[in-house]
Amino acid sequence: MFYRENGQFKTSYKADQQVFAIPQDRWAILALVVFAFVGVPMLVDEYMFRAILVPFLILSLAALGVNILVGYCGQITLGAGASMAVGAYAAYNFMIRIDGMPALASILLGGLMAAAVGIVFGVPSLRVRGLYLAVATLAAQFFCDWAFLRIRWFTNDSSSGSVSVPDISLFGWTINSPTDKYLFCLGILVVFSLMAKNLVRGNMGRQWMAIRDMDVAATVIGIRPMYSKLTAFAVSSFYLGVAGALWGFVNLGSWEPAAFSIDRSLQLLFMVIIGGMGAISGSFFGAAFIVILPIFLNQMLPLVGSLFGLEVSIALVSHVEFIIFGSLIVFFLIVEPHGIARLWATGREKLRLWPFPH
Amino acid sequence: MSGRKIGEVILDLKNISLSFGGVKALQDISFNVLEHEIRAIIGPNGAGKSSMLNVINGVYTPQQGEIIFRGQHHANMDSYGAAKAGLARTFQNIALFKGMSVLDNIMTGRNLKMKANMLQQAFWFGPAQREELEHRAKVEEIIDFLEIQHIRKTPVGRLPYGLQKRVDLARALAMEPQILLLDEPMAGMNVEEKQDMCRFILDVNDQFGTTVVLIEHDMGVVMDISDRVVVLDYGKKIGDGTPDEVRANPDVISAYLGASH
Amino acid sequence: MSGMLYSLVALGFVLIFKASGVFNFAQGAMVLFAALAMARFSEWIPDWLGMENLFVANLLAFAVSVVIMFVVAWLIERLALRYLVNQDGATLLMATLGIAYVLDGIGQTIFGSDIYKIDVGMPKEPVMMLESVFEGGILINKEDFIAALIAALLVISLSIFFQKTATGRALRAVADDHQAAQSIGIPLDRIWVIVWCVAGITALVAGIIWGSKLGVQFSLSTIALRALPVVILGGLTSVPGAIIGGLIIGVGEKLSEVFLGPYVGGGIEIWFAYMLALVFLLFRPQGLFGEKIIDRV
Repeated sequence: MFYRENGQFKTSYKADQQVFAIPQDRWAILALVVFAFVGVPMLVDEYMFRAILVPFLILSLAALGVNILVGYCGQITLGAGASMAVGAYAAYNFMIRIDGMPALASILLGGLMAAAVGIVFGVPSLRVRGLYLAVATLAAQFFCDWAFLRIRWFTNDSSSGSVSVPDISLFGWTINSPTDKYLFCLGILVVFSLMAKNLVRGNMGRQWMAIRDMDVAATVIGIRPMYSKLTAFAVSSFYLGVAGALWGFVNLGSWEPAAFSIDRSLQLLFMVIIGGMGAISGSFFGAAFIVILPIFLNQMLPLVGSLFGLEVSIALVSHVEFIIFGSLIVFFLIVEPHGIARLWATGREKLRLWPFPH
Repeated sequence: MSGRKIGEVILDLKNISLSFGGVKALQDISFNVLEHEIRAIIGPNGAGKSSMLNVINGVYTPQQGEIIFRGQHHANMDSYGAAKAGLARTFQNIALFKGMSVLDNIMTGRNLKMKANMLQQAFWFGPAQREELEHRAKVEEIIDFLEIQHIRKTPVGRLPYGLQKRVDLARALAMEPQILLLDEPMAGMNVEEKQDMCRFILDVNDQFGTTVVLIEHDMGVVMDISDRVVVLDYGKKIGDGTPDEVRANPDVISAYLGASH
Repeated sequence: MSGMLYSLVALGFVLIFKASGVFNFAQGAMVLFAALAMARFSEWIPDWLGMENLFVANLLAFAVSVVIMFVVAWLIERLALRYLVNQDGATLLMATLGIAYVLDGIGQTIFGSDIYKIDVGMPKEPVMMLESVFEGGILINKEDFIAALIAALLVISLSIFFQKTATGRALRAVADDHQAAQSIGIPLDRIWVIVWCVAGITALVAGIIWGSKLGVQFSLSTIALRALPVVILGGLTSVPGAIIGGLIIGVGEKLSEVFLGPYVGGGIEIWFAYMLALVFLLFRPQGLFGEKIIDRV
């Protein structure tokens, strides 16, 4: 059966407005999700979970958050790491300061706290945009870096400045093996992705995109820039906050503020650029790319080096990583500002017409 | 033009003055708009036509004067307030949302009428889904009306100019406005496109009873379709009346022919 | 006196922004790159040529570094900016972030990533100044004083370049409107190469001064982030603004650390500058000396 929508007629607007309007897509995605839940745990080893899959899932969630703000609402941010930090530390404090607080609840509350802080730091977006906004978000980033390092209350007066959480449990299911962690994060990611998709295809998403594309016209048809921008900041920070809490609780277990530094913010921004701005799937592509590339280079470069009789140091690998990231960003901004997601979509578009391209 | 009846004064502008720094864009301009009529604002380049439109829908706030819309005074209406009150507009340099499809562009016009909250939207639940379908149906009517079914899913950035103008109009219509403000709806179009656009404007006026205020360069078009015309020149009103009256007005003739200034 | 150095970095920002409307996040990376080149060549050249004279070696290293910065500027224009003409500010900003990564990576691959010294023979001992004017005078590092002098010289020559020469006029035209400048026959690509060269040289100067003070290391790259509030404060389009902004931030950081620091646990100098900039963004986005930003419908 060709991948084709010819002959598939929609008889209602409801059918036309589905997330995946083409049945083949719908089945493929469903299969992928089922495989992720059932197949993957049977196939991969612990290292894969720890080094690749769990970070990938959490960073995808964070990238979703950044994408909502940058890709959909057009508000640039260099403070994504700060939102993750707020989420992580808030969740930590909810967990240790309130007795019997379920882990999931504190993670979500951490997200809400991040959303609240995000709104505050989103206020400058009402006055300034572009580069100036980038500076304002940087201010948030540096302030949060400092606050979590210096204000002892946040870290529960831990002497080293790092905090750690015990294994978390969910309705009696203790999440400590890599497989458990993977499934937990996967569950959250699936739910959150669906929510994000719903938001961006509905009224909310259209308002964000309207603000992104032409804010004056948007006001004229009755969209309030303040409301749209701040909701984008709130939703984005909520996603980032939850991702930050997961990063701390599930991926790291114990962490310091450096885990959410400016480097993290830039990394998230790059994911979205490379993956695809304004596309939900772009967040996954970007996260996958950023998680896999360093591992790939670590394996490959020494091999390539040995071919030429060169010794490749770890430092060199990290430098090459820098170079590749940088060039890819410039490359995508120039050639395909909508990132891998658009390349993917174009490919699918071609496939839809194949083998008769006209 | 059958079926429609010119009604009471719906929009009354009194002594509007607007200046930017030292430049007086509008000086003491008053005119009114009657319900269901097509009212044109004409004038040479730099006469203040676009400023006038921007004042009406709240993009600019005039230093002096008042705007009375449906008997309510609006001293300083912002564009959000204007949209809420039922004023929609199109733009001279098309201001569509380039990254979105035609359908989504028009759907944004419905945003004020959509009430589902964020949580409902996130879960695509109950009211959110119902609303989306209802408004989709409404938007499809407008799409049919303006004959743009075939480009429904196309990103607007890829459309030719004439069609973009039509989408701009569709988005404004989606707001179901009481007054439709059109900023040079026919600028840069060829004859056929102009004819289409004229037909659409007349149909909108006729079928929905929408009051239309339009700015236009093309005198022929203006005189053909409008009920009454205001003429501006250098920020001052120099003429007001039916097309025939305006055509006979010596001030207007001199402004357009450039004689005796 | 770190204020002076912020000013120098900020100057690089302002130059590029003025002339191309690009906010160059890679300025810090350029400082690092230039400083690395300078440090390593001043080490290597005596080895290669087998000579002892420090002064000549430094001079040669400087010349080589200048050439390298020219090449970098040319490559940036050729490979990246050329294709991004007329894109909006945010895109350009992200592109320069990418460039910064590339420069950081290449610089450290070629020149190594340890801490290096630059010794251009700047005197280190402090001297008393203005003793004749009032009792006690001011204690100043000769090094800082020379740095300030160099910066002032750089600013003056750049102002002359911008205001008086034909190239300077073309630069300003490009800054106003890419397309308009192109249409009257200003070669956009060449202008951009020039701007980036000039920015490269300011980066080199900043790198040398900073490097001889604190050593050349990766953290130099992050002074771009430290200098960012300076530009916001002074105004993105104002050369004097960059200088004065730099001084204000430099002094403000120290004062805030001394007076506020003890109450809130120290280390506030990093975000203090940003908060200052944030306040400016909210109330006066064009900065102290910048041109007003006007949006048109």
